[in-house]
Amino acid sequence: MEQPQKTVQQQLETATRSYDPNTGLETRDMLLNIGPSHPAMHGIIRIVAKLDGETLKDIDVEIGYLHRAFEKMSETVSYNGVMPYTDRLNYVSPLINNMGYCMAIEKLLDLPVSERAHYIRVIMSEISRVTDHLTCVGASAMELGAFTVFLYMIKAREYLWELVEVVTGARLTISYCRVGGLKSDLPEGFAEKTHAAFAEVRKVLVEVDQLITRNRIFFDRMKGTGKISKEDALSYGMTGPFLRSTGVNYDVRKDFPYAIYDQVKFEVPLGTSGDNLDRYYVRMEEMEQSMRIVEQCLKQIPGGPVAVDPQTGKPMEASEMVDRAKMGQIDKITDKIAITDPTLEGSDSRVHDKILVSEKRVSLPAKEDTYGNIEGLMNHFKLVMFGHGIRPPKGEVYFPVEGANGELGFYVVSDGTDKAYRVRVRPPCFTIMSGLHKLLVGEQMADMVPTFGSVNMIGGELDR
Amino acid sequence: MNVPLLSDQIKSKFPDAVIAAHQYRGDDTVTIRPESIVRVAQTLRDDPAFQMNLLMDLTAVDYSKFAQEPQGKGGHINAGIALKQPSDIPDANPWPGPATQARFEVVYHFVSLPLKHRLRVKVPVEESKPEIDSISALWGGANWFEREVWDMFGIRFTGHPNLKRILMYAQFEGHPLRKDYPVTQRQPLIGPNN
Repeated sequence: MEQPQKTVQQQLETATRSYDPNTGLETRDMLLNIGPSHPAMHGIIRIVAKLDGETLKDIDVEIGYLHRAFEKMSETVSYNGVMPYTDRLNYVSPLINNMGYCMAIEKLLDLPVSERAHYIRVIMSEISRVTDHLTCVGASAMELGAFTVFLYMIKAREYLWELVEVVTGARLTISYCRVGGLKSDLPEGFAEKTHAAFAEVRKVLVEVDQLITRNRIFFDRMKGTGKISKEDALSYGMTGPFLRSTGVNYDVRKDFPYAIYDQVKFEVPLGTSGDNLDRYYVRMEEMEQSMRIVEQCLKQIPGGPVAVDPQTGKPMEASEMVDRAKMGQIDKITDKIAITDPTLEGSDSRVHDKILVSEKRVSLPAKEDTYGNIEGLMNHFKLVMFGHGIRPPKGEVYFPVEGANGELGFYVVSDGTDKAYRVRVRPPCFTIMSGLHKLLVGEQMADMVPTFGSVNMIGGELDR
Repeated sequence: MNVPLLSDQIKSKFPDAVIAAHQYRGDDTVTIRPESIVRVAQTLRDDPAFQMNLLMDLTAVDYSKFAQEPQGKGGHINAGIALKQPSDIPDANPWPGPATQARFEVVYHFVSLPLKHRLRVKVPVEESKPEIDSISALWGGANWFEREVWDMFGIRFTGHPNLKRILMYAQFEGHPLRKDYPVTQRQPLIGPNN
């Protein structure tokens, strides 16, 4: 086996000491260990830096501290069981992970999903993209001393997370998508709530823009630091805002449109120089574009009127539905909506059939059906019991979506059983981290902080 | 579509290197011999017909337990319940499966930004000699991807400048994503000795 390359530390130990030609004084490189747990690092990562004065001469990046064996675990649970794990990949925008995984499985099954479900998925992913960018920009501004910006942006994120909470019932680990559709439909009054939240977010964005975009300290520290060329970014496979800040126009939503991204109008903001400032600009503009997409989606979204019992004009009680079913009056109630237990409020959608495909071997039945009739209960059991569940045909697919940090791809191999044979995630920040030395070497030590902030490293998807 | 499939173009350019090709769910896939990977990758990157300037993903699959029900003790294995296989969801265009009997397959996903196409290249790797040439000289991003495949599958990339573990720690024994590595196996965590 060939000898692995020496780490920075080993190089240092063997390095001969040099002398400054002018003064004759001995100079030595200094080794600085940053992380794994450091307040200026987003997540657990270790960077061993070789310093000459304040200049970074070489860095050694060590990752893997948050490795939780996502890919191995995905091989041991059913297809739907992977969904909660995907939440924990990128925990700042989990809805995009949900969507990517679901769409990969749907591609494997060759399963067309209803348009309304796609619209809701896009709405939720774009809201997540905004929250992700808010977190990234806010945190990196905070590290440059602009603590107010961080608080403002977290406030704005809070408005959006409230929206997410209304729809999914959770804030972070949401598991909202299902193979074939979604857990539940949008709640009533969602559009109004969204518009109100966006108004607040826009206010915050204007405020932040006024606070820091022309702020001398912020500008000087961002401009020209953490620079990467187009060629290097492509060679390292960087995608997302990172690649776009160098001026390369690549956005999965535009170039390989999925879901309904070809039916909405939006622009892809591009930078020119690939430095931290451009990445900040790109992210700020992308938030606006994401909100634009959501607003269009809310206008265009098909279906969704509430279906009610034509006799009473009200949704039906589950108990009454069961009584009728016992009398064999199934034809009158199969398409009716029952009011189920109050604890299930989040999931008793009234238009469930509009957001889930009717393929019973794939999609979980509506909760009204599970609790209201035996067919629904059997269907539910056939999908959730161990050894049952979705069984896609043998095959392999790769499905990319545009995550907040770049292309998020799922490569799934199925061997025809109820568990995935292999689930591979292509995490967007893995490639960015692999090229981190291109961004940092030759820069000042202090510039590492904004540069690393703009990488928006997410430990969950980096280490899986 | 008038443009010939990328896998067909590869076939005509490297008739001796291609083992098989298929399209499944619109994903164009070509399986090539391990010794020709650098040659093919170079062509994919530099030939104006391909212009694959992004190496999107590089991973591997261990096919040793493919289409076998899991054996032995595992974390979530459902033993003791007799199951009738449900009827399969019909598939009009079935997947041909792995092209060779080799245990591993290294999988490359290439993307061309100027021409907006994707190609999956698969390379079978034998268990007896888990080695393949590194393409880290062509794409910087391959460096870490290959380290991860070495870490997780124990496939060695010859010519790689720095092939060491990336997600696991240096003292870790075995390669966790191999199918014969039990899910339940635990190893004591030993920190790096520096």
